[in-house]
Amino acid sequence: MPETLLAADETVGEPAVNIAIFGVFVLITLVITFRASHNNKTAADYYAAGRNISGTQNGLAIAGDYLSAASFLGIAGAIALYGYDGFLYSIGFLVAWLVALLLVAELLRNTARFTMADVLAFRMRQRPVRMAAALSTLAVCLFYLVAQMSGAGGLVTLLLGIEGEAAQALVVVLVGALMIIYVLVGGMRGTTYVQIIKASLLIAGALVMTLWVLTEVGFNLSTLLGDAAGNAGEGVDVLAPGAQYGATSTSQLDFVSLGLALVLGTAGLPHVLMRFYTVPTAKDARRSVVWAIWLIGIFYLFSLIIGYGAGALVGPNEIANAPGAVNSAAPLLAFELGGTVLLGIIAGVAFATILAVVAGLTITASASFAHDVYASVIKKGDVPPNGEVRVARITAVVIGAIAIGLGILALQAGLNIAFLVALAFAVAASANLPTILYTLFWKRFTTQGALWSIYGGLIACVGLILFSPVVSGAPDALFPDVDFSWFPLKNPGIVSIPLSFFLGWLGTVLSKETPDSDKYAELEVRSLTGIGAEKAVPH
Amino acid sequence: MTSPMDERRLLTPEEYRQAQDSPEFTELRRRFRRFAFPMTVAFFTWYLLYVLLSTYADEFMAKEVFGNVNVGILLGLGQFVTTFLITQLYVRHAGRNTDPIADEMRDRLEHHEYARKTPAGGDPEGATRA
Repeated sequence: MPETLLAADETVGEPAVNIAIFGVFVLITLVITFRASHNNKTAADYYAAGRNISGTQNGLAIAGDYLSAASFLGIAGAIALYGYDGFLYSIGFLVAWLVALLLVAELLRNTARFTMADVLAFRMRQRPVRMAAALSTLAVCLFYLVAQMSGAGGLVTLLLGIEGEAAQALVVVLVGALMIIYVLVGGMRGTTYVQIIKASLLIAGALVMTLWVLTEVGFNLSTLLGDAAGNAGEGVDVLAPGAQYGATSTSQLDFVSLGLALVLGTAGLPHVLMRFYTVPTAKDARRSVVWAIWLIGIFYLFSLIIGYGAGALVGPNEIANAPGAVNSAAPLLAFELGGTVLLGIIAGVAFATILAVVAGLTITASASFAHDVYASVIKKGDVPPNGEVRVARITAVVIGAIAIGLGILALQAGLNIAFLVALAFAVAASANLPTILYTLFWKRFTTQGALWSIYGGLIACVGLILFSPVVSGAPDALFPDVDFSWFPLKNPGIVSIPLSFFLGWLGTVLSKETPDSDKYAELEVRSLTGIGAEKAVPH
Repeated sequence: MTSPMDERRLLTPEEYRQAQDSPEFTELRRRFRRFAFPMTVAFFTWYLLYVLLSTYADEFMAKEVFGNVNVGILLGLGQFVTTFLITQLYVRHAGRNTDPIADEMRDRLEHHEYARKTPAGGDPEGATRA
């Protein structure tokens, strides 16, 4: 097949156009970030944008924070290559938002100030619970950050025509440096604006591509599906489940495990939770989740059309053989439809996507370290005014540097990006969500229960991964030449999530401490009525 | 005007206990949980059913309903529809059933009305902090 060989050698489109469009995005967001920096005086300004973001704006920012490169390029690509199984991913990512809407968002906005630990430590012994919550926050953020960073490095080969390890590493450094500038200068307000702009561009870009694909097939879903199925490889049915996960009973169980982590992970993602603190009231938090659900849901419907459109119009062979493989489906489709310009826009949006997500992760991780570890655990609450924010800024630089280093390592080790994101979701679902739910709704829950649940979920999750085929014993493992794996699944959620719920219960019934019922009364009344909730900072 | 910090300190543990024990709060909690908990069970079961069907009943899911559109794709789109539907139902439920009680209670708490509402035989002075 000479055509596919050609595609493997060449970068599609015009790198200069891609770089120029991306450059314009960076320039505009930097200007906005510097303008936003004037109001960054207090901790509430820096961590929570003064709680002045409106519900609608925050809904867009949440979509910008959530729709990572993995969900834009990864899901469209998975649908193009595996069809139905890629679609399943997007459903898990969307349905998960109902957990946040019904059980978490408003109650959290009413009770916490800046971090997840604020609510988890509310009625417990402060220091141990804050430490545990900060550790799991840092773990989730780091897995997610590394995934996005190495994703950025992988994208350049396809989109900017740059090849070679050194050049990819350079791009990771560049993305990291930009991310640090956004966070240092703009704080949460600047980060929010970057996310809003990115979400608008991403959804607009996806809408254009969707309409374009639908025009090609006469707005007939059945025709589109038929064309995609006709183009699919030998023996692959892209319309039925099982193309990616159906091979063995282990891979089937793996998929159920992944599905569980996706649907329960979102409401435990610290960078998602932190966005709820940027709005003035719990009602605005509700409004922002409603906006986010509609935007994210519609975006995933676009992805379905874009994915099958790429399968039908570009063809799975060309996608699989292009640099960037599965991730190249959406960019290749853009080139097929609109040539160099549309590809440039989509490529620019893909980079913007990564920048906005990593900035949100960095500010969350730095806030957690400064607010929970430094101010509460190390200094026991005795910090000078602005001392905390100063530490948060330093931490943002340190975390940025660590993420750059690990991102380059992950890129060179060829770690699967979608897997790293799934791991972040699994840790969030195992270590964070059970404790959040117990804290909000179970009167008897104790410090020991919280610690067992957080550490148990975190250790089980990371431990099972270490002994899974992802790390050793499989051809595509991190260390393919050795085999110390004994856990058969790649996704630990089906074990670690129930285990963490169980440990939270067991730790509570076995603990000698009596729950602080005064504090529970305060938590419950505050969470449902909004009395004493942090107010917006007047400017 | 009090800052958020002051306001939080001004409410005593007794006030929160009184508010928590009040019939209106019991009603607020009941209304919140009556919607949120069963609905969570419902969408979670429906999602799990969909994942399990996709994993273990692929022949059923591959059955064509019209043209090339099969059961799996229709049920998948159904997940989108139910997610949007539950979202809007929750907004309506909160606006009609929980927000009015929450707003009224917050107002009364801000005016320290629960500090004066002590149980029979209690010392009213004990519930207010100087």
